[in-house]
Amino acid sequence: MMTTDPEWVLSLENVSKNFGGVKALTGVSFRVKPGEVHCLAGENGCGKSTLIKIITGVYTPSPGAKLNILGKEIEHITPALAREMGISVIWQDLALFPHMSVAENISFDEVLGFWPRLVRTESFKPKVEAILKRLNVEMDLDEPIKNLPIAQRQIVAIARALMGNAKLIFMDEPTSSLTQSETSMLMRIVQKLSEDGVAVVFVSHRLAEVLAISSQVTVLRDGHLVGVFPTEGMTQTKLAELMTNLTLINEVTANPGIDTESILEIENLSHKNEFQNVSLHIKKGEIVGLTGLIGAGRTELAHVLIGMTKPTSGTIRLGGKEANFNSIRDAILEGIAYVSEDRLSLGLIQPQSIADNIATTVLNRILTFMGFVSAKKKESMVNHWIKELAIRIGESSDAVSTLSGGNQQRVVLAKWLATEPRLMILDNPTVGVDVGARAGIFRIVKSLAEQGMGILLISDEVHEVHFNSDRVLVMTNGEIKLEHNPLEHSVEQLEGIVYA
Amino acid sequence: MRRLKLVANYTVEMRLLVVLVIMCFGLSLASDQFLSLGNLTSLLNNNAVNLIWAVGLLVVLISGGIDISFAVAASVVQYVAAYCFGLLGGGNWILGFLVSGLIGIGLGLVNATLIHGFRIISIVITIATFNAFFGLLMFFTSGKNIYNLPSWWTSRIFIFEHQSTNGTWSELNLAVAVMIGCVVATWILIRFTGTGRQLYAFGDNPEAARRAGINIALMQAVAYGWMGMMAGIAGLMQVNIVKEVIPNALYGRELEVLAAVVLGGARLGGGKGSILGCLLGVMFVAITQNGLNLLGVSPFAFQMIIGGSILIAVSTSNIQIGSDLFKNPGKYIRTRY
Repeated sequence: MMTTDPEWVLSLENVSKNFGGVKALTGVSFRVKPGEVHCLAGENGCGKSTLIKIITGVYTPSPGAKLNILGKEIEHITPALAREMGISVIWQDLALFPHMSVAENISFDEVLGFWPRLVRTESFKPKVEAILKRLNVEMDLDEPIKNLPIAQRQIVAIARALMGNAKLIFMDEPTSSLTQSETSMLMRIVQKLSEDGVAVVFVSHRLAEVLAISSQVTVLRDGHLVGVFPTEGMTQTKLAELMTNLTLINEVTANPGIDTESILEIENLSHKNEFQNVSLHIKKGEIVGLTGLIGAGRTELAHVLIGMTKPTSGTIRLGGKEANFNSIRDAILEGIAYVSEDRLSLGLIQPQSIADNIATTVLNRILTFMGFVSAKKKESMVNHWIKELAIRIGESSDAVSTLSGGNQQRVVLAKWLATEPRLMILDNPTVGVDVGARAGIFRIVKSLAEQGMGILLISDEVHEVHFNSDRVLVMTNGEIKLEHNPLEHSVEQLEGIVYA
Repeated sequence: MRRLKLVANYTVEMRLLVVLVIMCFGLSLASDQFLSLGNLTSLLNNNAVNLIWAVGLLVVLISGGIDISFAVAASVVQYVAAYCFGLLGGGNWILGFLVSGLIGIGLGLVNATLIHGFRIISIVITIATFNAFFGLLMFFTSGKNIYNLPSWWTSRIFIFEHQSTNGTWSELNLAVAVMIGCVVATWILIRFTGTGRQLYAFGDNPEAARRAGINIALMQAVAYGWMGMMAGIAGLMQVNIVKEVIPNALYGRELEVLAAVVLGGARLGGGKGSILGCLLGVMFVAITQNGLNLLGVSPFAFQMIIGGSILIAVSTSNIQIGSDLFKNPGKYIRTRY
């Protein structure tokens, strides 16, 4: 049916796209070989999503672009044609149907169509089973998606793409919500697909994984093609520099500003089965990193510290005084701030304005004598923090959802800094934040420490904690396994310990 | 194992079934009339119209919408149909179904067009059309009833008759047969067609449905059109039962039906609901009312019990999730669905 294997499963040349006066893409070319694992890297707004949307027919490129799929010139691509030609996109949110079963989700694209016709999920099951077998996974076909963990949903999305005989699968930020072990399972599946001749294009921020799995990386910056590079010999730092055009310094510096006075002292803290006998101290001006695999109990520890859950045993002392929080409110009043890892749904109220978001934690401090919120006090408070954290915004009355990931994270920081905390707990503060913007966030964190704040930095990314903390604690199965000193040991040693 | 899974996926329906069986058992002990053929057939006769509405509303709920206007839409259909039969020289059953079905679909499409065209949530639009339909009806009819109806429309047709030994007749009328037809048709639509699957998908995750290439306008048209058709047919059958057209006779029935469908496990957010649950929900409401009558309890207790049942049904189905939430908040924090 097909002529001999074409050299490229997808080949794009001279792709440009303008939105009004804004150039989203300028003369970009992009090629993927059959069975290749390719990475499309670049910061937010570099044109990655625009490129994917052009390939899948959602956008039409400016005249002059050449699109070739499996050796065929395509004049005009539509979403339906793209799917028919075997190009499939797995969106970051997966676009699955939570109340439908695994089988119904995987076979969903088969039931599309304008005219009513009879369909039976049973009739799709053999094919669905065959695909799951090919991926080497076992799944209950009748289980609704909402009962599955994210990693399994991801597999369902991949299986759905394969149901349509995909030759090329785009995965948009596939690992952003996966744990380490889930990620490695996904990587195995991608490897398997590649062996079967299905090309996979990753769009990811997580540079370590990108380099580990893909063989080629195409880097975009500001709508221009920076280049296509083999991943062999590429380092994270180099890739980050290509993406941002900035020289990023990754070095460990001693922090002379650590005070002798402790802010937080935890002794033998336990919470049911989640963590046991955790002891840790944070001094004024100190940044303590906490890493380990997901499920090690880090977030659960943070939840106890902020009064969300009560410990089963052990003591927490804050500034030398024993703390017994009954609610998150108590913790905030005692000067603890918690920046949650799920910024999108828990950290910010997306449709509300930047100013309103910053003010939510301190509404009681910006009242007029009548007890109404003072517009003047609010404005000066909001402007102070926007300036302090260099948040790039249009107007403070714009919705938070209009900001980039990095700037949104700064708004979250501003919101908590407004409470004037003594201790700041950051839970994966750079999830979904550009590489270039990450450095900015950590500069803020460092300056907060210099001002005498204690910081507990929780992160999945070993590099992040190594280069940004004064001490790193590794947590495994609910216990603190050891303490790592970035000044004395290398990041590779830390990696070895965490992934052991 | 597989069997168990099935039960797990239909938790609400299974619970309702158990409650209903217990209720029926209790009522059969408390009242010797409850399980009599006469009582059971009249239960079905009296609830046929509600069931027709309920399956229509189920389709709208599955697609993620809601419709408040269907009961008054049924009244509008009755009036317009009566007028049309006059023009058509009297009409017959075939014309009756055709005309009332089409007018119903038309009214449903008004809802669908407004909801899709202006991207306004369905509850706002259908509250507006509920008022508009009813206002227009009262305005043009001046609230007058119609008693002079074609004889085919008001003549009693039985699909089942039985005389018991003590001489009382029990029978099932045409509305029950029509109801069964509507239930089966809806069952086929939502369970066995590609369109039905798309309706569930659209209600479940509209954005994912859009990206998958589902025609959203078509989905809205199917959901509200189907509801409208059921409203029209229900209006037609209602006239056959009561033999008159009264403009405000059906006003207020929508909440009763909505309560029953929600009790049957249809999710107000869309994407979930089954024919079985829908039937059980309507029958639960019906049997509660019937039981209270037989036991001689004040009819005012009825509304109170239905209200309480909804609260219990909805809150207990969340308890499992609730307790889990405290044990493992991370699971829910991660999940964006």
